Amino acid sequence: MTPETDVLIVGAGPAGLAAAIELKRQGVANVTVVEREPEVGGIPRFCAHTGFGLQDLHRLLSGPSYARYYAAQAKAVGVDLHTATTITGWEGERSLAYTSPDGIGTLTAKAILLATGVRERPRPARLIPGTRPHGVFTTGALQRFVYERHLPVGKKAVIVGAEAVSLSAVMTLREAGLEVVALLTEHPHHQLYFPYSLGKFWLLDLIRRTPILTSTRLRRIMGTRRVEAVEVLHTADGRTETIPCDTVVFTGDWIPENEIARSGGLIIDRHTLGPQVDGGHRTSRKGIFAAGNLLRGAESAATSALEGRAAAREIVRFLTDGRWPDVRLPIAVEAPIAWVYPNTLTAFDIASPRRTFDFRVQTFVEGATVQIRQGTKHLYSRTFRHLGPNETMHLDGRWLAQVALDGEPPVLSVEA
Amino acid sequence: MTQEIYDVAIIGAGVVGTAIARELSRYQLSTVLLEANPDVGQGTTKANTAIWHTGYDAKNGTLEARLLRRSRALMEKFVPEAGVPVEMLGGVLVAWTEEQRDRLPALRERAFKNGVTDVRILSPEEVYEMEPNLQEGAWGGLYVPGESIICPFTLPLAFATQAVLNGVELKVNFPVRNVHLEEKEGTTVVESEDESVRCRYLINAAGLYSDEIDGMLGHHDFTVTPRRGELIVFDKFARSLINHVILPVPTPLTKGVLISPTVYGNVLLGPTAENLDDKTNTATSEAGLQTLLEKGRAILPALLEEEVTATYAGLRAATEHSDYQIRLHADQRYVCVGGIRSTGVSSCMGIAEYVRELLEQAGVTMVPKPTFKPVKMPYIGEAGQRPYRNPAMIAENPDYGRVICHCEKVTLGEILDAIHSPVPARTLDGIRRRTRVMQGRCQGFNCRATIVDILARETGQDPKFLLAQDDKARAGVNPHPQSSRGEGAK
Repeated sequence: MTPETDVLIVGAGPAGLAAAIELKRQGVANVTVVEREPEVGGIPRFCAHTGFGLQDLHRLLSGPSYARYYAAQAKAVGVDLHTATTITGWEGERSLAYTSPDGIGTLTAKAILLATGVRERPRPARLIPGTRPHGVFTTGALQRFVYERHLPVGKKAVIVGAEAVSLSAVMTLREAGLEVVALLTEHPHHQLYFPYSLGKFWLLDLIRRTPILTSTRLRRIMGTRRVEAVEVLHTADGRTETIPCDTVVFTGDWIPENEIARSGGLIIDRHTLGPQVDGGHRTSRKGIFAAGNLLRGAESAATSALEGRAAAREIVRFLTDGRWPDVRLPIAVEAPIAWVYPNTLTAFDIASPRRTFDFRVQTFVEGATVQIRQGTKHLYSRTFRHLGPNETMHLDGRWLAQVALDGEPPVLSVEA
Repeated sequence: MTQEIYDVAIIGAGVVGTAIARELSRYQLSTVLLEANPDVGQGTTKANTAIWHTGYDAKNGTLEARLLRRSRALMEKFVPEAGVPVEMLGGVLVAWTEEQRDRLPALRERAFKNGVTDVRILSPEEVYEMEPNLQEGAWGGLYVPGESIICPFTLPLAFATQAVLNGVELKVNFPVRNVHLEEKEGTTVVESEDESVRCRYLINAAGLYSDEIDGMLGHHDFTVTPRRGELIVFDKFARSLINHVILPVPTPLTKGVLISPTVYGNVLLGPTAENLDDKTNTATSEAGLQTLLEKGRAILPALLEEEVTATYAGLRAATEHSDYQIRLHADQRYVCVGGIRSTGVSSCMGIAEYVRELLEQAGVTMVPKPTFKPVKMPYIGEAGQRPYRNPAMIAENPDYGRVICHCEKVTLGEILDAIHSPVPARTLDGIRRRTRVMQGRCQGFNCRATIVDILARETGQDPKFLLAQDDKARAGVNPHPQSSRGEGAK
């Protein structure tokens, strides 16, 4: 591997590959992508169902086809791809150490893009008590069992979560021949919003046939060697229910894979747990960019890929003029807002009032007026008929011109 | 068919049983080590606080205090030689009330009497100098430089491996159902459901079940009450919050809830202490975990900001007695090693030596073997150089550069070594404890399917059996593994 390159990208998922392709198209000579897995493509490799590519490639593909398309494109435009290569730490301002079957070494670049993706919070991180038998999965682990390794899973499954990725788990379990006995969500409604219109009818049918237990919490896992049942608490009336099953799948509750970002001293946003970035994907460290679901868990592959492309254009600009913002103003959020992204403002953003901002909420809110204040100054408000968890909403950036970059952090909240 | 008569049979391959097996393997004896579980170190040994105690707070004059002290000297030699991960961090015992502070001189006195003479009382300022992230309000502390952290998985494996290398036979999946003496022959028969072994001398190191084995020989000297301890393991990002093992002032019932780094670079919070009836109940509880979080917040508030990596519970073999229950019944050619409470990891080598002396008393002649093969375990701690950072190992075998578990940076080479070692991993948990795979922050999101695949392929086991979906599926060992280099070839 050449120890010096123009741009080093960590992670060959949708964001990393789309960025690499765009960088080559924009004329960057040397683009190196390192991927810790034996193959490039990221999480879509294991999602052997449809629903990929509509927004970024303008066609509907299965996950593996989508991953293969990006991998082939990257190879075709001359991206330097290295699989089975694990980043093990920082060696300098823009240098990273790696381990691969060929040995260990250091990679130095003029700019680095972190696109390390996201993982689901596993059972221990959710503090679910009980025994620790076989048969407990995350969606990611499940899909690798079924689609990558063709391993047996079980017979009857309970799914924790009722959002988009939970549906992906339902489809995977059906494929593996399991019966889905229940989807559990702590919220009073499921959060199965439809990101793609094609296939909507069969998805609707699937949801109709799947028992969803709302306002519930998984209280305990039971079983000695293998899961035998779960105990579910109905939070509305305090009733508990024991549901026999041999498989439990924890879905969603994403957490960015922020190890490299954090160990490099990048400022981490308290709410997204990803590195803080401005609208141009610039982190708090000069020359280090971040894109994709590392920024916040988790959006669709297409969103990540489009972000990768956008980040690539900002990287090209940086390679050309070397400019980096010296003032960064974080954006704060107040409950029920879960997070906002981008979550810092720089002079680059103020100059680009066409920026948009994404946010999510923790609970269902009807008729919510979302507002932005800076100190006592009201900058913006917009009313939404309906806000719900696990659904990303958007704000435009018309308020940016009024922000004082040397002032207090602007606060995003819901008007009482 | 004449059955082999072993000189010694040891029931229980926890840290105590394996240490005894290793000790006996130095001598010209035939020894068999019987374990109910599919692997060594699967009982109390694997689910504890992973602390190598000095025994500073042991009750003066007890067998426990004596063996802890003797074990210290033996382990200080063995642990580094065998490559057992260890970090000599030292402990800071923190007094959170005036009353606790007033007890510090008595604790120091007790430590001195136990031969732990390097302890020192700390002022509140000194406590915060050593541990700046602690919650405010400490009244003072006691510094115990010898308190260390150790890998409780590698330690029994190192003992068992050295024992096996020196001729001990290890039989796993051998739950003892019956023991009876053959007076005329001077032998003892130990039976599982479908197998039996015959021996001249029997050692009971059955941990939680040591009272039941004792009962099979007609003794009722003690009853084991399982004392559950729940623990929470925090993300490696918490490691920089503390520099020492943070200990509470101990009470007669328990050493209390401590916060300690682990040799893998995590931070551990626990244990709770709760007496149970069920010797298999290693479930965690809502109340237990909540209690720990509250105590953790009261000691080290920043800890709670970090992600939880794992939760688990272990059972200590507590009895109605405050000391170890180690007895020689010479007429039965039997040694009972019971009631090792919560200090087995620290006292195991002292116990092993003591048991060997008891066997000599009972008439066993100990003739040293001309050679005693050494053992060197794969290093899985953070303090030393792991294979993924070792260019020479990777150059020799590229599998040491092929990272399979991304969170813990475990390579294919290490996984294959664990499967093909003298005490081989045959279960997912066995690979986990030998290598750290699936033990990190994603808990197998990325690597679990790959690990199942490798283990099934290398050992010829049915994945359905490995995943406990089918008890009757094939659990056999593949005598001809197709390839030990298969993973990289695709």
